[in-house]
Amino acid sequence: MTIMNKITEGSATGSLLKSGLSLNDHRNLVLQRTQETGFYDGRETLELKESDPIAYERIFSKLRAGLVNSREVAKKIAASPIVEQEGELCFTLYNVAGDCIATSTGIIIHVGTMGAAIKYMIQNNWEANPGINPGDMFTNNDCQIGNVHPCDIATIVPIFHEGLLVGWVGGVTHVIDVGAVGPGSMSNGQIQRFGDGVQITCRKTGVNDTPLRDWLHESQRNVRTPKYWILDEKTRIAGCHMIRDLVEETIREEGIEAYEQFSMEVVEDGRRGLTSRIKSMTIPGTYKTVSFVDVPYAHEDVAVPSPFAKVDTIMHAPCEITVKPDATWRLDFEGCSRWGWHTYNANPVAFTSGIWVMMTQTLVPTERINDGARYATEFRLPKGTWTNPDDRRTAHADAWHFLVSSWSSLWRGISRSYFGRGYLEEVNAGNSNPCNWLQGGGINQEGEIHAVNSFETAACGTGACAVKDGLNHAAAIWNPEGDMGDIEIWELAEPLLYMGRTVKTNSGGYGKYRGGLGFETLRMVWGSADWTMFFMGNGYMNSDWGLMGGYPSATGYRFEAHDTGLLERIQEGMSLPLGKDLNPDHPTFEQHIDADAQVKRDKQCITTEAIFENGDLYLNYLRGGPGFGDPLDRDPAAVEEDLNQNFLLPEYAEKVYAVAISRDESGHWSVDRKATALRRKAARLERIARGTPTRQWMEQERSKILDHDASVQVKQMFASSFALSAEFLNEFKTFWDLPAEWELTEESLDIPMFGAKHHMDLSELPDVHPVIMTEQ
Amino acid sequence: MTTYTTKQVTDLVNGELDWDSLHQMLSMPKDRERYEQYIGVLQQQVDWEERIILPLGPHLFIAENDDQSLVTKCRCGHDFGDYRQNWKLNALIYVRDDVEKMSQVYPKLMAPHTDWQVYREYYCPTCGTMHDVEAPTPWYPVIHDFQPNLKAFFEWLGMPAPAQA
Repeated sequence: MTIMNKITEGSATGSLLKSGLSLNDHRNLVLQRTQETGFYDGRETLELKESDPIAYERIFSKLRAGLVNSREVAKKIAASPIVEQEGELCFTLYNVAGDCIATSTGIIIHVGTMGAAIKYMIQNNWEANPGINPGDMFTNNDCQIGNVHPCDIATIVPIFHEGLLVGWVGGVTHVIDVGAVGPGSMSNGQIQRFGDGVQITCRKTGVNDTPLRDWLHESQRNVRTPKYWILDEKTRIAGCHMIRDLVEETIREEGIEAYEQFSMEVVEDGRRGLTSRIKSMTIPGTYKTVSFVDVPYAHEDVAVPSPFAKVDTIMHAPCEITVKPDATWRLDFEGCSRWGWHTYNANPVAFTSGIWVMMTQTLVPTERINDGARYATEFRLPKGTWTNPDDRRTAHADAWHFLVSSWSSLWRGISRSYFGRGYLEEVNAGNSNPCNWLQGGGINQEGEIHAVNSFETAACGTGACAVKDGLNHAAAIWNPEGDMGDIEIWELAEPLLYMGRTVKTNSGGYGKYRGGLGFETLRMVWGSADWTMFFMGNGYMNSDWGLMGGYPSATGYRFEAHDTGLLERIQEGMSLPLGKDLNPDHPTFEQHIDADAQVKRDKQCITTEAIFENGDLYLNYLRGGPGFGDPLDRDPAAVEEDLNQNFLLPEYAEKVYAVAISRDESGHWSVDRKATALRRKAARLERIARGTPTRQWMEQERSKILDHDASVQVKQMFASSFALSAEFLNEFKTFWDLPAEWELTEESLDIPMFGAKHHMDLSELPDVHPVIMTEQ
Repeated sequence: MTTYTTKQVTDLVNGELDWDSLHQMLSMPKDRERYEQYIGVLQQQVDWEERIILPLGPHLFIAENDDQSLVTKCRCGHDFGDYRQNWKLNALIYVRDDVEKMSQVYPKLMAPHTDWQVYREYYCPTCGTMHDVEAPTPWYPVIHDFQPNLKAFFEWLGMPAPAQA
């Protein structure tokens, strides 16, 4: 936690608070009291809550309900389906120190990111210059301050009472386009911040409740989709002003003293809430998890501006979770790989704040999520890793790609606790990596410059539970209220017709309880003038694993087709591909397009802009979730049901679930229970026959390591982690019993390694004081 | 705080609990008694006498032997050794590290490419139960998933800890 030196510079400093302290000094005192006592702001006693619990609850309920209500009302202003259909917005209320009091529903990762922006303004003396006054608006989307990715635009409004600052409200929306090199809100052709789209650093963009004209003119022309941009901003401003009115009303009703007391106590209350949940649901101890993401940039369909980015790499995110006897916890990401020349880097605030999005779906499923939980958690994100880059050039447009992958492993860790205590209903094998992200742009069906980011991925399969299957095409980790959106709305927003939308067979991880299935939509380009699209997701690897014998979900693959002849086929009434790619090993789309169509069917699930003509096809495959428990324990009736629902390919029912199946003349599948019992018995014996004692296998694997026998991307991943973490290197060498002289360096791999040795951090810029809230 | 009957906990363990009760379990504060009820149900389901201390998976447990030593044990009775050691090191492993082996579990285009990622399946040497599937890169050390602090856990539960915790 940074505690900055006293700030006195500037004549306006110290005029915002009754105490006469600068905002920074006020915040420092809060942090000091927290550090010294272990209680937020030293509040060992919650005086308001204990003396007048009704008033305390009344204030909370009013604020929380108002936040939710403001979100629901404001989102109707937006035209963007990302906001209006998918609910990609959030409003949050902060105390004077920039710590969150309460938040609305929605993309609540921004509890932390907007808080970080407020803290940045406090710590960098915004009160002296540009000044903080009633009616001001500030805009931020700077990833180096803590934003997840540039397309999340935040409007922040200070709240005053009788001329003194009493808090802040922030509103955020995920805009469709942010003017990056490639179209779409999370594009991936760029590899540095300088191509990542417009970035605004807590800029004062409005006074007297009115956006400044220079801001309006500049910002609208910096993006491809000004219509959506303007309405998104109106959405944020309206929501913030509704909440400001709500706070003013609350102060009138409850008194300023009660409000200010509440605004501090509620954070301590939130801190206690987390420790209470940890104690009631988890098991003290150490949990080790890890996750990976493929970054296949060597492929010819990934066009990037700099040659040093044309290399295959793997993101590595090991995590050690320690649940302590005092019911606090520590999450240590020692060993993570280095940041890279791609758009998946994350800032520590994005990382830590995002974790609460996930925790509200498991450990703290409460409306009382605020900054208190952060104060009960120790995070360690080593500097130089992808979780905490030490270079100010890094791009972040799709930070989620790495973030959601690293969190999937945390589900597994925490779920071991729930399982051990018997809270089986809470167990979740993990989350899918919510992708593919269909993005692109050009001139749309209205003849306008346009960009798209299909948020169908807000409804992927969820992980299996210890007592039931995961939910099919249901949710995304980053938005607990996600939705796939209406086809009709997407067809209005995108020059892409739906040839079909259907469940993705075999996409959920197998298990006693299987992961939720994803879905797939086949889109045909129609009505565009000039149009490009690209793919964004995992393909060569998947980031989820399955739990306690369950399998990971299926990986992704790519299907696109050009010169399909579809427009002619439609005119001639010929057969068409209608959306179901049942088994990609036996493709059928190709039977319904011209024989000489150009088809790409492979595992290259990250591409950059490719030209799509009207009539071309794009398969948007949204992933499934991981499974739980040994598949041989799956109820034969459930396998039968999966077969009859077309959720499972018969071949894998036999191979993985070891069931004896047959199909009658009407096409109905049946599982023979008796024969299945015998097959499963045999399957267990086959496992024993093909298995090798682990220690014996380790000798074979050790030989490969001694011979440096692995793909370049695997070796690059390890070398990058070794270079940043002597601890990880030591653990690795100890586990494999490697000789002291064994080493693996990136230099030995004959690949570009820009940024590995030479870098420059944001903190090296003049007069910049980054807010640091984690160990690094 | 809501409490549940032994029948309800048994149904939960067996995956047969009705949705209304399951939903209640999800949405209400957690019942402190669950651990004891749960262990009671599991103890009845295994064929051995040793006391179950902590379930690690549907068929994997930390159990206390007669001599008070704590071991990781399969439902079938197979002993994986001291609970502080990673049980996987005493299991059988099967690694899906080529196209052919991967195609046994997923269509080729829906399976990982084994230059990037492999599946490591851990089986009980006695009964063939698959206790875990890891999906790391080649070379990755075997993960020791969980090392519980049993002393602190039993203190949280307000129960006496096993002698050798």
